[in-house]
Amino acid sequence: MSGSDDIAIIGMAQTPAYERYDNTEPTLLMTVVNQLLEGAGLDRSDVDFTIAGSCDYLSGMPFAFVANVDGVGAWPPVYESHVEMDGAWALFEAWLRLQLGDIDIALVLGSGKSSPTDARQVFPLQGDPYVTAPLGFDPVSYAGIQARALVEAGLATETDFADVAARSLVAGATNPNATRGDAGATASTLLGEPYFCSPLRRHDVSPKVDGAAGVLIARGDRARQLCDRPVWIRGIDHRIESHHPGLRDLTDSPSTRLAAERLAVTGAPVTVAELHVTHSHEEIILRRALGLDDATTVNPSGGPLCGDPVMSTGLVRIIEVARRIADGTADRGVGHASSGAALQQNLLCLLEGDG
Amino acid sequence: MARPCAVVGIGQTDYKRRLEVSLDGLVRIAALDALDDANLTFADIDAVVIGKAPDALEGVIMPELSLCDALGAVGKPIHRVHTAGSVGASTAISAAVLVESGRYDTVLTVTYEKQSEGNATWALSGGKSGGQGAGGTFAPWIREYIRRSQAPEHIGWTVAVKDRQNALRNPHAHLHIEDISIEKVRESPMLWDPLHFLESCPSSDGAAAMVLTSRDLVDRSPHPPAWVLGHAKRTEFSSFPGRDTVRPQAGVECAEALYRKVGITDPRRQIDCAELYVPFSWYEPMWLEGHLIADVGDGWKMTDEGATALDGDFPVNCSGGVLSSNPIGASGMIRCLEAANQVRGTAGDYQVEGARLALGHAYGGAAQYFAMWIVSADLEPELG
Repeated sequence: MSGSDDIAIIGMAQTPAYERYDNTEPTLLMTVVNQLLEGAGLDRSDVDFTIAGSCDYLSGMPFAFVANVDGVGAWPPVYESHVEMDGAWALFEAWLRLQLGDIDIALVLGSGKSSPTDARQVFPLQGDPYVTAPLGFDPVSYAGIQARALVEAGLATETDFADVAARSLVAGATNPNATRGDAGATASTLLGEPYFCSPLRRHDVSPKVDGAAGVLIARGDRARQLCDRPVWIRGIDHRIESHHPGLRDLTDSPSTRLAAERLAVTGAPVTVAELHVTHSHEEIILRRALGLDDATTVNPSGGPLCGDPVMSTGLVRIIEVARRIADGTADRGVGHASSGAALQQNLLCLLEGDG
Repeated sequence: MARPCAVVGIGQTDYKRRLEVSLDGLVRIAALDALDDANLTFADIDAVVIGKAPDALEGVIMPELSLCDALGAVGKPIHRVHTAGSVGASTAISAAVLVESGRYDTVLTVTYEKQSEGNATWALSGGKSGGQGAGGTFAPWIREYIRRSQAPEHIGWTVAVKDRQNALRNPHAHLHIEDISIEKVRESPMLWDPLHFLESCPSSDGAAAMVLTSRDLVDRSPHPPAWVLGHAKRTEFSSFPGRDTVRPQAGVECAEALYRKVGITDPRRQIDCAELYVPFSWYEPMWLEGHLIADVGDGWKMTDEGATALDGDFPVNCSGGVLSSNPIGASGMIRCLEAANQVRGTAGDYQVEGARLALGHAYGGAAQYFAMWIVSADLEPELG
């Protein structure tokens, strides 16, 4: 089923999604690293390569990621790297790195503390500094425009958004890592809520929280040695769309579709998908771009709408899929991560069990 | 297994203040220059890897999002690396990994900084006003190097003059100080004792780019390839009791890993030239020792004897180095691509004659992040 060059997730860990975590980000990371190593029966010295994703701007300090190394451990010196992206992209690089064949085990991390930050005030700085950033074009407003475009194109209704939110909140009620959930949520009650960023309501927008997550990945035989049920990474692909809203069809996600085609996501049944849905309507766009039908369970964890630990949210999606494959409740699934406003950049990670 | 990867295209902007171009324009100039050098177009690129120092330097969060159009990355993967000052070299290494993994055939990698649109010393002080800046961090460690090695004080001035003289041969260099001299350096204002103004790097704008490709595609490009024979990275904590800040263990182990990978046993003899990350003059002898090119205490002697000059036996920073151009996020990549220029024979007026094997290097943070690569004119060189 899997060859000696195949790479698998052999351990996964995440902190709860804290509304406000009063300790430091390195502490969050250390929790995750310790859990991962303990779970796999490994020592820090067994890890060949470490790579982390985080965002200086969330901490409000240039070089904030340097302190994060304190949570990982770097004495004796370690072979490591860092991406200023969600931890899902750190996984992408680690997965490629192991394919060089000279090392066997990589530790992948994502972390962030959103609580010190007003995301709507800070994240307009993702825009280009000459036109969009000075306009204060924030990601929630951008999402509202995208949701409105869907409605006006006749591709979705506000009831559809409420359906996504209700289903997520019900699922989130049973997720111990979620910050919010509501076992009794229904679309009709949610539709009674006031607008937050029309046509989106507050429950349509993910709560930005504090958290960290990580996975251990290993190559072929080493993966089997270390883990009874390795979750094989069948492929990771990511693609970006134009930065200019006027050049995009906001009702679609061609970058997701392209990545899905490259990975042949629908070439076999997809049991579970965890999607980086930070605004309800995004699930509708992503399902269509991925070609998923009702046979696929989407966001059984509740997804980011029940807790959005920025910079590990995407990696957590992959973990939620991997966990279900590892425990046998799913055999093939896709984890999705997104970056930028209105699904500008999208990553897919296709996972399978040994069958 | 890893497949061979080569540099087939190199692009650089000029590294002076570039108030006439946007960030998009800056990176695009370097990208197009590299593509042109490789005789390729954006259509030939499978993935883009970008790097820069902290987002706070220009105030743009995750700039891959706004630069993807300018870099022809729409519809493709674009990946963003950030490892402090070492980021330029780390980005080159990440790009090489994409090719070596066998998943991407041709990768464009671009790094940049536009210091004229921000305040680097503020950011380098952790976002605090009135901070010590990079020079304030490194000066006490340089003092400690001088104490340990008993190096005479003119060594720093010598490096500063040598690198600025080399820069006069490099049209891209930020600083072209025609009348550079020991006296001029010595008499420039003292910034952080023992570092004078002219022993410090400038604040530059600029972007650097490379096209990397797999072995079976190198023949599409007109210049000889620079084969990436090996790369290594090491990191250690920024501070702990007993840390050797003068010769950090991570730097030593990074060099050891790199030399082992390439089969280097005698770096000074087997490597023809090096581009070392020297933002402050004294880091030349410090890295010669810290990366096992000179024995401990002997690095300054190589500088003093002229071994690191363009016509020496181990030329260092023939392009003028970080001391002559410092677009921070790009500076590490410039070291890597200038090493490639040397072994391709495309280094122009600062070409080291007969260079076949060259070292590119960068460090960052509190001298705690190291990233290095070795490139060669030959895929399987005879190291002798």
